[in-house]
Amino acid sequence: MSLDAPSTNARYGSNAGQPLTRRDGVLKVTGRATYAADNHPDGMLYAVTAVSRIARGRVTSLDVEATKAHPGVVEVMTPASRPPLAHDPDEKMPPFGFRIEVLQDSTVRYANQPIALVIAETLEAATEGAALLNPQYDADEPRTGIDDGLRFDPPAVGVGGPPKAAFGDVEAGLAKAAQVLERDYVTPAQYHNAMEPHAVVAEWDGDHVMLDMPNQALAMSCASYATYFGIPPENVTIRSPFLGGGFGSKAIINGPQILAILAARALKRPVKLVLSRAQMYGPVGHRGGTWQKLRIGLNNDGQLTALHHKSISATSSFDDFLEPAANASTHLYASPALLSEHEGIRLDTGTPGPMRAPGEASGSAALEVAIDEAADACGMDPLDFRLHNYAETEPGSGRPFSSKALRECYAEGAKRFGWAGRPLASRQMRDKNGFLVGWGMGTALFPCPHFPAEARATLRADGTALVETAGADMGQGAWTALAQIAAEALGLDPEQVELHSGISTLPDGGIAGGSGHTASAGLALNNAGKDAIAQLSELATNDPASPLFGAGNIGVEARAGRLYRRDDETRSESYAEILARAGRREIVGTAKASRDPAAAEAHAMFSHGAVFAEVKVDPDLGQIRVTRLVGAFAAGRIINPRLVESQYFGGMIWGVSFALHEEAIIDHRTGRIMNADLAEYHVPINADIPSLEAILIPENDPFVNAIGVKGVGEIGITGTVGAIANAIWHATGVRVRKFPVRLEDIIG
Amino acid sequence: MNRFDFIAPHNISEAVAAAAEPGSAYLAAGTNLLDLMKIGVSRPVRLIDITRLPGLDRIEWQPDGGVRIGAMVRNSDLAYDPRFARTFPAVAEALLSGASAQLRNAATIGGNLMQRTRCAYFQDTASACNRRVPGSGCDALHGENRLHAVVGWSEHCIATHPSDFCVPLAALDAVVELEGPQGKREIPLEDFHRLPGETPEQETALAPAELIVALRLPAEAARFAANARYLKLRERTSYAFAVVSAAAALEINDGVISHARLALGAIAAKPWRAREAEASLAGAEPTLEAFTRAAGFALADARPSGDNAFKIELARRIAVRALILAAEGTPEVMPALPASPFSTTPGASHVA
Amino acid sequence: MSLSISLTINGQPRTIALDDPRVTLLDLLRERLDLTGTKKGCDRGQCGACTVLVDGRRINSCLSLVASLDGADVQTIEGLADGDALHPVQAAFIEADGFQCGYCTPGQIMSAVGLIKEGHASGDPERVRELMSGNICRCGAYQGITEAVLEAQKVMADKKGRNAA
Ligand SMILES: Cc1cc2nc3c(=O)[nH]c(=O)nc-3n(C[C@H](O)[C@H](O)[C@H](O)COP(=O)(O)OP(=O)(O)OC[C@H]3O[C@@H](n4cnc5c(N)ncnc54)[C@H](O)[C@@H]3O)c2cc1C
Ligand code: SF4
Ligand code: FES
Ligand code: FES
Repeated sequence: MSLDAPSTNARYGSNAGQPLTRRDGVLKVTGRATYAADNHPDGMLYAVTAVSRIARGRVTSLDVEATKAHPGVVEVMTPASRPPLAHDPDEKMPPFGFRIEVLQDSTVRYANQPIALVIAETLEAATEGAALLNPQYDADEPRTGIDDGLRFDPPAVGVGGPPKAAFGDVEAGLAKAAQVLERDYVTPAQYHNAMEPHAVVAEWDGDHVMLDMPNQALAMSCASYATYFGIPPENVTIRSPFLGGGFGSKAIINGPQILAILAARALKRPVKLVLSRAQMYGPVGHRGGTWQKLRIGLNNDGQLTALHHKSISATSSFDDFLEPAANASTHLYASPALLSEHEGIRLDTGTPGPMRAPGEASGSAALEVAIDEAADACGMDPLDFRLHNYAETEPGSGRPFSSKALRECYAEGAKRFGWAGRPLASRQMRDKNGFLVGWGMGTALFPCPHFPAEARATLRADGTALVETAGADMGQGAWTALAQIAAEALGLDPEQVELHSGISTLPDGGIAGGSGHTASAGLALNNAGKDAIAQLSELATNDPASPLFGAGNIGVEARAGRLYRRDDETRSESYAEILARAGRREIVGTAKASRDPAAAEAHAMFSHGAVFAEVKVDPDLGQIRVTRLVGAFAAGRIINPRLVESQYFGGMIWGVSFALHEEAIIDHRTGRIMNADLAEYHVPINADIPSLEAILIPENDPFVNAIGVKGVGEIGITGTVGAIANAIWHATGVRVRKFPVRLEDIIG
Repeated sequence: MNRFDFIAPHNISEAVAAAAEPGSAYLAAGTNLLDLMKIGVSRPVRLIDITRLPGLDRIEWQPDGGVRIGAMVRNSDLAYDPRFARTFPAVAEALLSGASAQLRNAATIGGNLMQRTRCAYFQDTASACNRRVPGSGCDALHGENRLHAVVGWSEHCIATHPSDFCVPLAALDAVVELEGPQGKREIPLEDFHRLPGETPEQETALAPAELIVALRLPAEAARFAANARYLKLRERTSYAFAVVSAAAALEINDGVISHARLALGAIAAKPWRAREAEASLAGAEPTLEAFTRAAGFALADARPSGDNAFKIELARRIAVRALILAAEGTPEVMPALPASPFSTTPGASHVA
Repeated sequence: MSLSISLTINGQPRTIALDDPRVTLLDLLRERLDLTGTKKGCDRGQCGACTVLVDGRRINSCLSLVASLDGADVQTIEGLADGDALHPVQAAFIEADGFQCGYCTPGQIMSAVGLIKEGHASGDPERVRELMSGNICRCGAYQGITEAVLEAQKVMADKKGRNAA
């Protein structure tokens, strides 16, 4: 949407494919949308964690007396007083759970690890109480740099992903190449920093617990909490109607919330815990740093002869989540031989976790710069070079893509950006103010996972519907897009569809992650809606009093709240009429949905895109501004273009952030992060984003799922990082191989 | 945050008397003080609220054309005061390049002068810091110090002063008016902030309980109105502290510089007035050569205090650029991105 | 020590008995007055989520001590709409999709209201971007935010023009 386009307040039509405004819009702009920390049950206490300032060693003492003496402090939970848990926190919790730090002992495994919990009548008292604990430590030397950590061969990377992929003979391919490019790339530790800090309000009623918390995976979390607290999963209710951003950090159980829930149980009063911004740099996941090497063999025609991508990915000393960075190279460019592999390195940090486009983001950053370097080495335009190495089928397996409109993305993106005529060499363009101007591009790629999900669709006597699934709206617009999908399946206007979501008592909506939520929960809603319509048709076609009687095999079609006979549009009946005559108050359709395994087996499934960036660089001072970003993305069927555009914008801004801003600065002497805030851990602000454009390339995918929906939430960051880095090279001649780019890198 | 007593005096002498009790701190808008109290760096036991003191919130023009700014005037009110912005444009630009619109709406002139360093080790109570705890050491010295000082530092402290506002103030000979238990006095802004030496904990020339009541800019500083700029290099386009910054002000008559002022920011524990550079420009033509020479003088004594040698070169370059921009003339209207290199005028680049 | 503080909050005069001088305006609103529309993102002036208007000016409520606000007029997101009728800034945010998760949104909107009042942005998108830079949006809704501010500013100016005519 451009700034010049006239803004209109008109409704945009009524069904899937339409850019409806958000259903939760009014709640969000009036402050009435309730996030976890907005809850305040009667008698609530405040909990604040005290965190470790060393990264490795032991806590030797805590001044619990001083804390307890502070007016308002009710209780202090330490390893000595922490109530027992029913599950050993040092054991992983399947399927995705990590080992967690919940005061099991006095060991410190990373800076900012919780070492005590202070509970008080007021937030002020709890906060000061935590500050008064004055911990003493027995500190060991922290290992936080690449040279310090223990290396190991990981059995898996990411969430159970393969640590290695190989086909063809890479060494032979490199040996016969006309030239070989060998490059190292470094990406730093990054922290999700959703604007809403992690929080929980816990209230027990006997052995039932109500948890208000931002949560990207309701059903899975209920099961995990139940295991920790030794109660049946149905005794745990999680309410998460809104998340103030998740980006992967709110899909996994973390220690601090467990402590607060324990405190609520022990004290028999509701307890609220909200992490401070600084405390989010530790126990709630991050994107681990990577040290990547790429080796690319090139023949004289500018084609790859081999591609070798290795990532050394950081994880914690006590658990495994390795940024699957090298896997970003496995599905994109055609090469007769490929090897992608990972090595792990153990550092004294909190355990990393999935963060928006885990693996793809950091892997694509390195790959897309390397590809740009390869194009330059071949004297080719970066776009031509990519087309020259276009993978028509999945590299290695040769499987067809379920759909791949990447060529169209390249073409449309390049056209809109004005790529044609770009000088090949660097430092060729200046604007009227004398700034260096550079243009760069990158390819975007993201897989389309699909999670099992369940839903219920209830057609009501008045012809409207209630649809339910325990999904999560963290800004992607689930409330809106899922209602549109359900409305389509039900043959109703979205206004006639009430959607309930965001509470664990509803049918399991799967995980809001991996860019798979709209597809997964959407398919379930679609199927539930179809199920309800099938039952309704059954009623009508078997009822001699209905105009649809006997439609039988010919069937009926659901549209605008009526069933129509397929071969005779004049014969129709409204849902309300059918239900009324049958004396039914409602019809309940249900579905459990997952992807067709045969289709998944037979196809490679990805969203694709192409991102073009213009940067301006002050030639003397090195300051960089991304003046224009154009992304063209093909991601299957688009349910709501307005929301999808916003998702792409968000992803692209994360790309700007990755390229130019984000980095946790660690003092390796202490293992502490020295910029654990939002003033010095920079993310882009409004003035950093002068111009974004996202082009939605149509793509019909009959295989990903019955609704043709892929994912859009993460792909925007891939491609963008490389595009910006490459534009910086084009402007300045300085190759970016370490992120984020700093002033001193540019001025040399 | 520790508990404290809250005291709301009715006038300056009550305030000064209240502040004389040990453990007291003046509270202006609180945008720096409350922040430091939240992270445990400051733990005053008495807060003396000076926001209601009468007479401190005025901008008063002197008969000679100078201006007297009350300590409680808010940063944004001063920056947007039309006469002030016209007369002292580099000061207005510096103010508008600092923090955010919200913070500028609250932050006071006195508080801006008094804001503490952003050194991460100063803010981290688990680190050794001579400025916070005298004699404890300086963890920045061999730590993450990319953005630390390159002039005027000592082994005891390598922190910088973060204020943008103070940089053009130093260049323009601003004067700080104080009132304390010993009565009133005034000192040049240039002498207000101290270099660390062996006592980095003595950050300013303020005596205990002394209150900043006003700031004055002399009439002769107005002579630079037509050729004055503030330029600030940041790691994002806005809402970030300076990596390096420069205030440049020139008076140019018949193609010759008659008076020049230059001060650099974020390179020392105080705004860094470059007098030798200024002297080298007096009587010179406003050329790249002259500016480059001047910048050389400004950074002549610079040496890295850690991983920050690049700041010396950047400071030199930003000094040159600020002088070029000043020579080109004060923009008609405040640039959309105040102090950003991206709101510069054509042809300003000089090195590459 | 207990302080008695008079505030006008969203047009309602309130007398606050403050048993603890440490309470910030943000925590007062959220934890003691059940006005939870205003959000906490950093508690240190570094994000803008807590932006409210005090005496008509936008400020960060997390760095403002209630004890020093006696007599102030406070406007929060809850007081912006006129019953069911959204304020033009609120309506523009919905239309331009100026938010995703919505967490930074109350702060963005109050900041935008303050910005329009201040009147320094004219219709220049670059000025709007700069003057909205004190509000971080991690979801990355900036383009919609800028668009919404420009649109709302226009709507409000038109309305004012009509009322004057
Ligand atoms: C996120 C963030 C970003 C920022 N970015 C910038 C930036 O880019 N550039 C910049 O220049 N600044 C920046 N600042 C700092 C900001 O300018 C200061 O916080 C502000 O100017 C302090 O003013 P105040 O009125 O709030 O002071 P307070 O916080 O009330 O006081 C600060 C100190 O000054 C003392 N004090 C206040 N007034 C007086 C007086 N009249 N006499 C004696 N002592 C007094 C107080 O006791 C206290 O020690 C930023 C701040 C934040 C939080
Ligand atoms: S540089 Fe100064 S402020 Fe920073 S740690 Fe050292 S002594 Fe403290
Ligand atoms: S919460 Fe106040 S600025 Fe972040
Ligand atoms: S909408 Fe999520 S942080 Fe702005």
